[in-house]
Amino acid sequence: METPKKTSENADTRNFFQKLFKMKSVTEKQAEREAKASYQAIDTSHMSLVIKEGRVNAASLEKAQKVAHILGTIITYAFLLFMSLVVLFPFYWMIITSLKSTQEIRSLHQTFFPTNVLWSNYITVFNSFDFMTYVGNTLVVGIISTVGTLLTTIFAAFAFARLNFRGKNVIFAILLATMMIPGEMMVITNYITVARLPWYEFSTGKIVTGWLTYKDSVFGAMIIPFWVSVFYIYLLRQNFKQIPNELYLAAKVDGKSDWQYLWKVMVPLAAPTLISIFILKLMGTWNSYVWPQLVTTNNEKWRLVTNALRGSFTTTSGEPQYGIQMAATILVTVPLLLLFIFFRKYIMRGVGRAGIKG
Amino acid sequence: MEQATQTQVKPATPAENTPIDSTELHRNALDRDTKGGKQPKSFFKRLFKGRERVSADAGEKNNWKAWLYLAPSLILLAVFTFYPLINTIVIAFLKDYNYVTQTNSGFTLDNFGTVLGLVGQTSSQTTVYLWQCTKQVTDGVTHYYFSTSSGVLTEVYFQTDVIKYALPNTLLITFITVPISIIISLLISIGLNSIKAFKKVLQTIFFVPYVTNAIAVGMVFAVLFDSKGIINFVFGLSGNNSFWIDQGAGLGNKPAWMPMFALCVYIVWHSLPFKILIFLSGLQNIDKQYYDAAKIDCAGKWKTMMNVTVPLLSPQILYIMITSFIASFKEYTSVVGLFGMPSTDGGGTKNMYTIVYYIYEQIKGNVGYGGAAAVLLFIIIMIFTAIQFQVSKKRVYY
Repeated sequence: METPKKTSENADTRNFFQKLFKMKSVTEKQAEREAKASYQAIDTSHMSLVIKEGRVNAASLEKAQKVAHILGTIITYAFLLFMSLVVLFPFYWMIITSLKSTQEIRSLHQTFFPTNVLWSNYITVFNSFDFMTYVGNTLVVGIISTVGTLLTTIFAAFAFARLNFRGKNVIFAILLATMMIPGEMMVITNYITVARLPWYEFSTGKIVTGWLTYKDSVFGAMIIPFWVSVFYIYLLRQNFKQIPNELYLAAKVDGKSDWQYLWKVMVPLAAPTLISIFILKLMGTWNSYVWPQLVTTNNEKWRLVTNALRGSFTTTSGEPQYGIQMAATILVTVPLLLLFIFFRKYIMRGVGRAGIKG
Repeated sequence: MEQATQTQVKPATPAENTPIDSTELHRNALDRDTKGGKQPKSFFKRLFKGRERVSADAGEKNNWKAWLYLAPSLILLAVFTFYPLINTIVIAFLKDYNYVTQTNSGFTLDNFGTVLGLVGQTSSQTTVYLWQCTKQVTDGVTHYYFSTSSGVLTEVYFQTDVIKYALPNTLLITFITVPISIIISLLISIGLNSIKAFKKVLQTIFFVPYVTNAIAVGMVFAVLFDSKGIINFVFGLSGNNSFWIDQGAGLGNKPAWMPMFALCVYIVWHSLPFKILIFLSGLQNIDKQYYDAAKIDCAGKWKTMMNVTVPLLSPQILYIMITSFIASFKEYTSVVGLFGMPSTDGGGTKNMYTIVYYIYEQIKGNVGYGGAAAVLLFIIIMIFTAIQFQVSKKRVYY
């Protein structure tokens, strides 16, 4: 009786979607198949395995296989190289366009390298466009919301991974189910909630009560709704669950409370996941567009980087100034790429964790 | 000593003395499954498993403490997720809801009707249904008229934003980009998995689009697809006749398939890295034995891929299919990145509208319509997800 329990624990490699919808695991499916009458009726006693000897010359076969292998490798590399050029080309074009004059960009003959390298586009960005203000806004919003998210995530993941309480599984399942609901359902009401806050007169932009400035409330609106993330709770819970029970019992023997155990043992052990969450969340704020756009309608100077980027650099006639636009685009993209270079492992692990382990 | 003898004796007994009767084994397994401890539980029983365990455990003590740990998350979720979810559904059924004054005039289904173009309004704000109207086509433009009780014909205006632009565009984006991006990323990840040299470098390159800003790169694609841009130049298309993107000035009467093509190229480009990452980690988990077996059977590369790799990767493919279906139904930032705000900047053209675009515009317009569209989007997503799970029951191997 011991074995089936063990295998069912081990074989349960389904991801959370499959668990949520009660899909069958490999072993269950196999058992189901074998339980069928048609499967049981197969009479194996008269069956025998017949191996026919081919007439192929072993040497020529080997040679053909070798040629096929080399050809396959060449095709694979050619395909991958082509696709990586496709992936990288927009970046290249972004860089060289930012160094071109508007005349050169709009000319009928496109050049793959600027005829004269122009740095003035970048100077224009810094002069005409309050880049540093927007970066500052984004950093304030990003860091405060990230730290908040980390705290709520650590607490919730700890409760789900280590503590026992009534309805734990129900709540966890409900939380996971919310991930499948499109965020647009929430945005409508959240906007109304924020718009109707007492200190926040949306249409006119005036302050009703004095103790919070209007700016604070705009920033609060951009930060507080994002202090919780079900996906990160799920991610961290999985990580916390991998920490062996013995450590918890040992800490209990040493007279440590749950709180001390959480901060002294679990958080340090889950540090890689926490770093992943930190970076992904920060990048999320840097890239967020929709919600800040809604909340800062009347106040363009409190916008985040992305909103400011999209709304700027068209001349009065509606013609986009591509050179300056691309210079600003690079300034927005470079920090992301730097983060990626330094934390590649954490970012890829954090993103990849989503699909595999359940 | 004792251990050694045990290990010697143990395997000898069942294998040699009694021949294994497979049917007997299966019957035993069947009995165990139906009668024994591994009873199939209902969904709710499984959910409430925690309750059984708590009473047996000493964990009861943790009860209030656990809620304390959960409190910050649950409060935030209640305010910004659960309440909005219910409230949005309610708003979708409220007539003339105004969130500044908090007034409405009763429950109605008209919001859904309006979004779907079935409910129209006359210039005097009376609500008229599509089937009450008479259709008239003058100069290629369709007009709808409604005759009031006094016999006067009044023109009725229907909202066609969703029916004409948002819904077809969203469906087009989904059914073009999802299969194409899955096939391309599958090929790339199989290729990456089969090579040794430069694997890490290429893997990193393919992941780079993930860490970019959707709006920023959308603007880069707008430059690439500009009427005087590099795409037209390389493919020899004469500049002014090919309007892939016409930023600012609006799309006007130009063919809609061109911006749609540019948009799909961009969406595929931007969605590749996540898929490649997931597929690649799935491929790395496949047991090498399967490939050895295929090799023994003299299966070619193509056959191995279709009969070994793809079926063994099916859980990842299902996951990617579901997530990317949902993502492409919610496409919005890529449209804004590529075209700017076509409906507000550029003379009110709505050619590139998507459902989510409509919803966001309605937040500042009529919230009821926005709510109705959001509920419809939710239903569409649920239906598609359910269909995919149904199909996957037969096709996915775990």
